[in-house]
Amino acid sequence: MARAVVTLPATARRGEIIEIKTLAQHAMETGFRRTQIGELIPRDIIRTFRCAYNGVEVYRCDLHPAIAANPLIAFTTVATESGTLSFQWVGDNGYAVTEIAPIRVE
Amino acid sequence: MTTRREFLVLATALAVPAAAKAQLDPNLAANRKAAFQAAFKRIVGDSPVRPGRVKLTLPPLIDNGNSVPLSVSVASPMTEADHVKAIHVLTEKNPLPDVVSVHLGPRAGRASLSTRVRLADTQTVTAIAQMSDGSFWSDGAEVVVTLSACLEEGLI
Repeated sequence: MARAVVTLPATARRGEIIEIKTLAQHAMETGFRRTQIGELIPRDIIRTFRCAYNGVEVYRCDLHPAIAANPLIAFTTVATESGTLSFQWVGDNGYAVTEIAPIRVE
Repeated sequence: MTTRREFLVLATALAVPAAAKAQLDPNLAANRKAAFQAAFKRIVGDSPVRPGRVKLTLPPLIDNGNSVPLSVSVASPMTEADHVKAIHVLTEKNPLPDVVSVHLGPRAGRASLSTRVRLADTQTVTAIAQMSDGSFWSDGAEVVVTLSACLEEGLI
């Protein structure tokens, strides 16, 4: 089963810029490789990554085959209020993974 | 007189390079350049693109093109009035020019991205930032790739 890992601080001060690192388990098959008998291996990649803070989208990425396998995405956001951050990866062949992480803002 | 075995050896020697050559697209370099320019145009339209404000970090020498750490940061106050709307990364010689497009706003705090990419060849990687006022800024990084990602046509 597809897995994803998210690292972010559990608590933050209000207005602080926090760093978030995400890693999804995915082969990111480019669609340009061939098998030994010359058949093209069909493309199978993650197309989009979204991060929402209490339901409001703060960061979105469109990914292409040039992203390495097991895509790492590291970015920042402003800790505004306590709540949850949700991370969503959507890709080819019905790939969809959602991770949720709580954050406490003081 | 040529024996059957000699003939077979000779025939194979002649046929293999011809087959390899037949798979090569003679316009590969030109096609990739056109694809890069089309992707660049699609992002910026007719707006001028200025150098500066964007910092693209890549290792200058890459042993393995399958996983290359790439980071982009853009100098911006990231306020409601003045922030980075999008960051795009393009390559010249990959089979597809697009690498990643990031859409962000003042809630991101800093305009930054770190990821790992695939690079097919020694080339220049370009990062373009679109500001909220509609201006475009870019930075390029030249990289040398010794082991290419996606071993496909044109890289034999």
